[in-house]
Order: sequence, then structure tokens, then C-alpha cells
Amino acid sequence: MIKTLAKSLREYKRESILSPLLVSGEVIMEVIIPFLMAKLIDHMGERSIQPVVYYGVWLLVISFISLFFGAAAAAESSKASCGLAKNLRQDIFDRVQTYSFHDINRFSEASLVTRMTTDVTNVQNAFAMLVRGAFRAPLMIIFSVVMAISINGKMSLIFLVMIPILGIIIFGIAIKTHPIFVRIFKRYDAMNNGVQENIQGMRVVKSFVREDYEKDKFHKESEEVRHDFTHVEKILAFNTPSMQACVFASITLISYIGARLIISTKGSALTTGELSSLINYGVQILVAIMMLSFIFVLCMIAEESAERIAEVLSYDATITSPENGLTQVADGRVDFDHVSFKYSDRSKKYALSDVSLHIPSGSTLGIIGGTGSSKSSLVQLISRLYDVSEGSVSVGGEDVRKYNLTVLRDQVACVLQKNVLFSGTISENLRWGDPDATDEEIRHACELAQADSFIQEFPDKYQTMIAQGGTNVSGGQKQRLCIARALLKKPKILILDDSTSAVDTKTDALIRKAFREEIPDTTKIIIAQRVSSVQDADNIIVMDGGRIVEQGTHEELLAKHGIYREVYDSQTRSAQQDETETQTGAQNQEERNA
Amino acid sequence: MAAAQNQTAVQTQAVQAATAAQAKPEALASDPRSADKVRSGKKQPSGRPPVKPGTFSRMMKYMFHFYKWRLVIVLICLAVSGLSGVIASVFLQTLVDTAITPGLTKGLQAVYPQLLSIIGTMIAVYAAGVIASNIYTQIMATVTQGTLKHMRDDMFDRMETLPIRYFDQHLTGDIMSTYTNDTDAIRQMIGQSLPMIYQTGLSVIAIVISMLKFSVWMTIGVAFFMYVMSRISKTFAGRSASGMVDQQKSLAAEEGFVQEIMNGQKVVQVFNHEEAAKADFRTFNQKLFEDSDRANRAGFMLMPILGNVGNIMYIALAILGGFLVTLKAPNLTLTGIDTVTIGVIVSFLAMTRQLAQSIGQASMQVSMIALGLAGVSRVFELMDQKPEEDDGYVELVNAGYDKDGTIHETDHLTGKWAWKHPHHDGTLTYTPQQGDVRMFNVDFGYVPNKLVLHDITLYAKPGQKIAFVGATGAGKTTITNLINRFYDIPDGKIRYDGINIRKIKKPDLRRSLGVVLQDVNLFTGTVMDNIRYGRLNATDEECIAAAKLANADDFITRLPDGYDTFLTGNGAQLSQGQRQLISIARAAVADPPVMILDEATSSIDTRTEALVQKGMDNLMKGRTVFVIAHRLSTVRNADAIMVLDHGRIIERGSHDELIAQKGVYYQLYTGAFELE
Repeated sequence: MIKTLAKSLREYKRESILSPLLVSGEVIMEVIIPFLMAKLIDHMGERSIQPVVYYGVWLLVISFISLFFGAAAAAESSKASCGLAKNLRQDIFDRVQTYSFHDINRFSEASLVTRMTTDVTNVQNAFAMLVRGAFRAPLMIIFSVVMAISINGKMSLIFLVMIPILGIIIFGIAIKTHPIFVRIFKRYDAMNNGVQENIQGMRVVKSFVREDYEKDKFHKESEEVRHDFTHVEKILAFNTPSMQACVFASITLISYIGARLIISTKGSALTTGELSSLINYGVQILVAIMMLSFIFVLCMIAEESAERIAEVLSYDATITSPENGLTQVADGRVDFDHVSFKYSDRSKKYALSDVSLHIPSGSTLGIIGGTGSSKSSLVQLISRLYDVSEGSVSVGGEDVRKYNLTVLRDQVACVLQKNVLFSGTISENLRWGDPDATDEEIRHACELAQADSFIQEFPDKYQTMIAQGGTNVSGGQKQRLCIARALLKKPKILILDDSTSAVDTKTDALIRKAFREEIPDTTKIIIAQRVSSVQDADNIIVMDGGRIVEQGTHEELLAKHGIYREVYDSQTRSAQQDETETQTGAQNQEERNA
Repeated sequence: MAAAQNQTAVQTQAVQAATAAQAKPEALASDPRSADKVRSGKKQPSGRPPVKPGTFSRMMKYMFHFYKWRLVIVLICLAVSGLSGVIASVFLQTLVDTAITPGLTKGLQAVYPQLLSIIGTMIAVYAAGVIASNIYTQIMATVTQGTLKHMRDDMFDRMETLPIRYFDQHLTGDIMSTYTNDTDAIRQMIGQSLPMIYQTGLSVIAIVISMLKFSVWMTIGVAFFMYVMSRISKTFAGRSASGMVDQQKSLAAEEGFVQEIMNGQKVVQVFNHEEAAKADFRTFNQKLFEDSDRANRAGFMLMPILGNVGNIMYIALAILGGFLVTLKAPNLTLTGIDTVTIGVIVSFLAMTRQLAQSIGQASMQVSMIALGLAGVSRVFELMDQKPEEDDGYVELVNAGYDKDGTIHETDHLTGKWAWKHPHHDGTLTYTPQQGDVRMFNVDFGYVPNKLVLHDITLYAKPGQKIAFVGATGAGKTTITNLINRFYDIPDGKIRYDGINIRKIKKPDLRRSLGVVLQDVNLFTGTVMDNIRYGRLNATDEECIAAAKLANADDFITRLPDGYDTFLTGNGAQLSQGQRQLISIARAAVADPPVMILDEATSSIDTRTEALVQKGMDNLMKGRTVFVIAHRLSTVRNADAIMVLDHGRIIERGSHDELIAQKGVYYQLYTGAFELE
């Protein structure tokens, strides 16, 4: 895991190494200061001012060096940690771009976003602490102990006793509270999730007059959260007094023993200045232990995040482009050969079972079927958005898995059911189809998709900004823009997955007419809810439960009196009936008038 | 020495901050619905306003209200603990001056009593400090979490009473941020920053007084350095803060980009747009890196710089002290003029160090307090929101019928309901509840001067089905918003069973209306819990019967745990159509005389809808129903269909009448018109 993450350091290795080095320099200076300070204090009161000035100047020089080291280390650590975060985000993003739909569904979009944001931030914080503190604290402890021993070996034994005591208390608290925190933060999340549900469902809450019920529910949850947090914070609260107790105990012991030692040896074994230094070293050591435990806790927190990031970085995409894949697609032929498909290995149910189908190049195929009949699954196999579980899908006579993925997808344009436009101008969005398209080509594509007319009505025409999620165009307009975007690819195969559902029937017919006349050589596959959208196709298949249950032309299927007929009737019969009724009514009226 | 205790506080606080960072739940981090339906047109992220004046004292009052005595104890303990640290730094001087220095000449025996008494006092003072710390930290754990609970509860209780308008005008993410980010910041402030600032303040006063007692000259030297340090803090803190703001902005921009791309990942792949997306991301990422580096750099540098300037001050004062001692300069103190001793210098230096550290720590707290106060300000703002007004006095009661047909009120379920209407003259009348809804010339706008509805008049007689048809934004949903008083209009224009709906208590009015909305909201809990939401005392059998009515039973029983299947994330594991079916069952269980179905079957395909339709027909039988539907097959059999356009009813009549008219409805019906 650490190895995976460390790879993302790249150009920030220098800073990551430099920072702890500089910190070490700062620590050495900081350790020397109390030592020299002791000398300075001991020379006070002497007749000559010279030693005071001598040590004073040295001390000042050292503290300026320390200042420089400290500031530089901080700057380097900032760059190192921000740089690591930057690279991690980029690596996750790049990795996700290689993922197939299957892979993305496996992680879920929301979870991938969290990994790129919250998790990276956690790792960044821990890393920043690590480069600054991981060397600083142990060095501080070691140097301070060494200096203390050099002043007075016996007295520094006090520290050697205090260090493990404090260490055990503080690390003990950290280890004990961490799992509790993990647990109760889940509860805290659940409470906040409840609030969010409540806000989003406020119309439901108010409609059913459930305000009091919701209040009671929330009070119970907030009480549990309060109880748990109070419990864990009370444990955590022992940190402060135990730290104080250790510091105070050390100081008292040193003062007592030190004072006795100074007096009894007449200052030969220990001086007043050295006593003061010892106390300073003691405090430094104990503070360093606190720091260590802090780093420890941060790392525990970051560990989970780091694992989640490493999971993304080391996950290999399930659909990859083959080496030396085919770079030419012969024509727009599509063949399904005994294709079965399920979304995951674990799912028992097949989304598609034993589908065989031949679609000649340049023909139009219509697909009809209820929700959940796997119409979309079928067409998504053509551009390898998913791979088949059994059987094979071929395009232009070759198995889709043999093609270079980019080439295949360039030739198979898919207008998805879940249409998405991106923030940017209309022409920027359309250029997704062809980055080098001229304005003329864009306009032509829009004319085919019956989008040009409404675009011309916008004040900024093709430069109109599309808001995030495409909320400022209507559903029908959005669908037509998405069709135009796909047309710009000049594909051999064009797939429309329920892409004209919000378009009125007249425009829908115009779009199909344009397809027929302008791109006769392109294979067109049209999934629709409306029978009228597919009735003039060369071949129509009806899907139900992942199988092709009916196949034929409009007339053939009507004659079969199957599902197709049923759907057709439900959509048209009533309207026709009404029409004939009103017509006869009008006729009767006329007759009577006559 | 007391620095250690500051350090401790910083440590625990940092631990909490770090653990709090975990708290951001996935669901909150990416709120897919924050782009909520904008009804009133204005729903923008609130420009976080500055802290309202008086927030601090109000918060203090709030806390003292609940924890008066505990807080008094905390304040005392904080003072004891802080002062014990200050006194500690004086001990060394006393030890040197009264025990060590005389001991060097007189010998250990002579000064042993003094030594013991000083050490004894030290132990006593330190023990007092440790005990006081222990007490206040324990109490503060209770007080902090308790205050947060009170705040949360008060906030939530008030939120439940707010009008729908509030929720239409505020982004879910913004309101949520008060519950998450703001309460986290408040916890930080109450639990750590405020106690520390208070303690530091006391310590600084105590230290400055004892410094002056020791030496005025040296105190002036300290003052100079304090000034320098405060300037440094200000510069770096300012730089860090402005960096933070930029970082937040570019973080939001990057998150937005990622959300958008992830959301359209399939489109990205279909168009081979991966490389272009990576390149775009690189730009966002670089900007974020630069801003966060700027923010972090200044923040990281502040501590080592302050620490080392503290060292320099310490050294400079030592040198100054050395001169004073050597030159035997007259020492001006608060108590008079004497000479500087080494003990004075040693103590003074210890105090200097402590002062530097205290101020360094306190400077770190300032931004925490600013953040916390902004949080409190927003919490109070939510608590101060004006609740939904309800001047209604007509109540819905269980009705019993006397033999002669007059209605009386009973306290048991009779299956019949009546409106209990007290009049000005003190008399009471009971009107049977039938579900007769009428609107007279209703004009309405969410914002003044921008009418959404014009002159709407309609009668829905008991048991009738009224349908609304029209483009998005035509005002269909607005009409239903008025019927259940999510939004209020002037008196007398809407009557329910002949009663002005403004006179009906809102809860009673809403209880008599069932609503199924297009945006289905299910709550975390089992399927059964969700259906029972319609009527809390419904039995399992009643819930299942309702599910059967809505044709939901079939798919529910096929779920892994049937009715006990646990739903999370707004029923994320179900399809949109299945969620709509559950919400229909939920309304069915409530069994109200009037139903509002707002695009209730929009996500159910036509074949399934035909199946649901039967259930829906059962559900609608004998009730007054308002139907809003996109799909015209849904509204065909309505008694009256209103075609809305830009807030006006442009056509009305039965399906057959409208078809005969060959107007807009006819065009819609034959598909010649786009409905979106």
C-alpha cells in the first residue's frame, strides 16, 4: 500500500527528503541552545561581560540558523505534501479514465469522488506531519537524552523512567480511543445522513405531518451521539493532566535532587545553569512524545484512506485495448453470436441469454421492450462498454475484442439513454464528436439532428453556454444535441438508446428521414419506447427478459399479435378510436344539419 | 513548563480535528441531489455572511443556561491550572535564591528546611494544577458535547417547523453544512480554543505582572519582541487565510469538474475523450496545488518562525540580563529599585519562554475561534428562522353520527371524519369531511411581482379526478403546493369542504391530503417502515394490503429480505419505478380522502403502468384526486383535465371534449408537441 502511494511522489521526492533533513538541522540547533544557555547563565555575575557576549553571539547565530532551517523545512514539507496530494489526485483520475463501466459501478461514482477528495486530504495531512515530525520527535528525544546525560548521567535517569510511563499512557489512550472514534463517527454520519434525508424529503415529512415523529427520532439519535462522544472525549481528556503530571513530576524531582547535588558538591557536579537546562530538556522530551503520539493517530486515520486510494490505483481495468489491435473497421456489419451477458460474475441472473442477431451494414434496426428487458445491455456490448460473458459480438466481421478500443469506439457512436452535456459552449460540447470539426460541419450535424433551428434562436447561437448537467436546455433539445454530437464522429454504426423520447413525433420523424437520406451507409440501431420511432426500420426486434422474443418488420410483427402488437395497440388504439369517434360524431352532426 | 500543557491541548485538539476529518460521510461529500428542483428560481449557495454582532455573548448565555455551575467550576479550574503553570516558573528563582545560593556557602543542612518547604509547595501547587486540569477537561467533555446536542436539537426542531419556502430557497448542502462543518467548528472552539484563550489571557496577565515585579527594563524588552511576534503572526496568518479561501475555491472547482466527468463517464468513454479529460483535470489540479501550497506554506511556517523568534527573544533577554547583572545596574521593579540577581534572570527567562509559547498557541486559536463563531452565527441564524405560520383553528376530528344524522365528536376511530369549526359567537359546528376542493380566481407568485399562476378557478367535487397537463414550469406543481398550504395565498380563495383552508390547522389539513411526488424520498429503514410512514399505527397486514393495492407487493416479496429489506441512500438499491410504487403504497396506507399525485408514475414504463393503473384506480376510488402527469395516458380517464400554460388554464374539459376541441391538448395527445 505504502509502495503504491509512494510511486506518486515523483517530482516531489527532493522536497520529501529535504524537509526531514532540514528539520533535523533545526532540532540539533534547538538542542544546542539550552546547553549554551546554561554556560551563559553560569558566566553571569562574573566581573567580565565577555563570556556573556561570547555565548550570546553564538546563541543568536544558532537561533538564526535554526530559524532558517525551521522555515525552510516548513516550506519544503508544504510543497511535498501538496505535491503528493496533487499527484495522487491525478493518478486516481487517470486510472479511473481507463475503467470500464463495470469497474466504475463496482466502486460507485460517489465513492471515487470521496477517494479523490477526503481520502487524499487525509493522506496529505498525515504525510505533512510525517515529513516534519517523524524525524523531529525521535531526534529530539535522542538528542535531548544525550545532552541530559552529558550534563548529569544519574539525573537523566529520571527521564528514562518518565519516557516510557508517559509513552504508555498517551499511546494507550490513542490506541484505545481510535477504534471507538471510528465506530462513533459512523453513528455520527448516520445521524447527519438522517438529517439530509429529512431535508430532502421535507415535502413528504410535512405532507404526512411527521414533524414531531422526526423530532423524536432525531433527539434519540443526537442523544446517542452525545453519549458516545462524551464517553470517548472523557478518555481523551486524560491526555492533558497526565502530560502535566509527568512534566511536573520530572521538574520537581530534578529540582529537589539537583538542588541537593549543587549544594552538596558546591556546584562541581552540577551548576545552576545546568539545572535549568536539564529542566528544559525534560520538557522537550515530553513534548516530543506528545508529538509522536499525534503523528501516530494521524497515521491511523490516514491508513484507511490510504488503503482506499491504493485500491483504486492498483485496480486493473477489466476492459483494455488489446496489443496491436485492429485499426480498421471494414463496414458497419454487426453480429451477435449466441451472446449471454451478466453484469457481475456473482449475479445469478443473466441480463442477456443466448442472443443471436445479424445486422447488415447500412441497415436500420429497431429495438422495443419494457424496462429491464436489457435493450441497453445489448447495444452497449457493441462498443465494448461491457464485454460478453459467453458468445461473441463482431463488428465488420471481426470480434470486437480484437479491435484497438479507440478505433472501435470511434466507429461505433452511441447516444446513451443517460444523456450528459458538459459545462461549456454548445460547440465545445459538439466537438467531443470531432475535435477538428469545422463550424460548417458542426452546423450540418445539427441540421441532421434537427437541432440547428433552436440553436439559432439562442442569443449566442453555437456559443451558448451549457450549464452543468445541461439544465438550461429542455430534455428534447438535449437529446438532439447529443445526437448531433454522435453524428460528428461520422461513425460506421450509430446507436440511439431511447434518445428521442422527449422529442415530438414530427421532429423524431424528421431526424429519421435525415438519417435515411444523409447517412445511408451507416448502420443505425434505434431503441425506443414509441412504436412510431421504429416502425419504418428494416428489422425490428422485441426484447423481453434478456431474450429476443419477436423479430421482423413492422407489418410482420403486427401480424404476429404478440407483445409488439400489444404495445402498438396501447399507444395508438385509443387515439385512433377517439379520432374515429369524433369523426363519426362530426359526420352525424353534418348529416343532421343537412 | 506550562508550555507543555499548551502543547497537550494542541495535541488533543489536533487529534480531534483529524478524526473529525473522517467524519465527512460519502453521502455528504457528494450530494447528487444538491441540484434540487429549483422552484422559486432563486436557489443559490448562501454567500456565507460574516459573524453577526452579539453572537459570542448569546452563545455564552446559551451555554450558561444549560451548564451554569459546571461552567463556573470550569472557569475556576482553568484559572488554577493556568496559574499553577505561571507559579511554577517562579519556583526555580526561589529555589536558586533561597536554597541553592545560600546553600553553597552555608551547606546543605542549613538550607534543608527551606529546600523541603519549596519542594513541598511545588508539589502542592503542581498537584492542584493537575487536579484542576483533570476536573475541567472532564467537565468540558460533558459540556461541549451537551451544548452541541442542545444546539442540534434546537436547530432540528426549528427546522421542522420552517415553511417549504425555506427549503426551496436553500441548498440541501448549505443546510447540511450547518449540521456538519459548523458544529465541528463549534466543538473545536468550545472544547479547545476558548478554554485555551481564557487560560492564556489569565497567564499573560499573571506573567506580565510578575515580570514587572522582577524587572521593568527586561519587561520592556519582552514587550518589544511581543510586538514583533504579533506582526509576524498577523502577516503569516493573513497569508494563510487568503490562501485557504483560494484553496477552498479551487477545491470546489476541481470537485465540480470531477463530479461532472464521473457523472458522464460513460459519455467520456463513448467519445474516446479520456485524454482530453485528463488534460483538463491537470489544469484544475495544478491550480489547486498552487493554492493549497500557498495556504499550507504560510500556516506551516508560522510555528517554527514564532518558536525560533521566541528563542531569539530568550537569548536577547539573557544577554540583556547578563549585562544588567555584570554592570550591577539599578533594577527598576514594581516594588522599587534593587539589583538584578541570577535567580531573577533565570526566572525571567523561564517566564519569557512561557509567554512566547502561550501567545504562539493562542495565535493558532484565533482562526479556530473565527471559524467557530461563524459556525455559531449560522446555527443561531437557523434557530431564528421564522416558523411556518398557522392561524388555523378548524380541526379534523373523528365523527360519530347520531340517529338523527347530526354529527358529534368521538375519541375513537369511526372511519368518518368531520371538521370541527368553532365560531366567533362561541358556537361549534361540525362539517363532514368529504373532499370538496375549490379554487376561486387564484393568483400566485413565489416572489412578489412575478406571478406563476393567473386567475385559476376550479372545482373538484368529492370523488372527482382532476388532471393537470402542461409543460415544465406551467404551474402544475404550484397548484398542489397551494392546496396543502406549502405556500399560502390570501384569504378565502381556496375552500375545502366549504371551509377557507387558512382557517384549517395545517397538520389537520395535510393529514386529510395524501401526496405522491415525482421525486420519491424514501428514508433509511426497512421497506415496511417506509410504507408505515403513511400511518404510524398501521399494522403489518395493513401495510402489505396497501402495497398490494399499489402493485408493489410483487416486487417487494422478491427482494432479498422482502418487506424487511433495509433501504439506504433514498432506496438506492431500487429502480426509480419501484421507489415510486413504494411511495404510492405509503400514501395508500394513510388513506386520505384527497390525493395529490404529482408525476407519480413517470418512471414506470407503459406496460408496467398498465398494471399499476389498476391499483391506482383502486386507490383513487371514492377519493378526490389531483393528478399531474407527463404521460397523457395517465390522465385520460380524469373527470376534468386542465391544460396549463404559463400559469393559466388554457383548456379544460374531459378527454373527449378536449380531443374534439382540436386545441393544444389534441396536439399534445397526437405527439405533435414536445412536452418538457
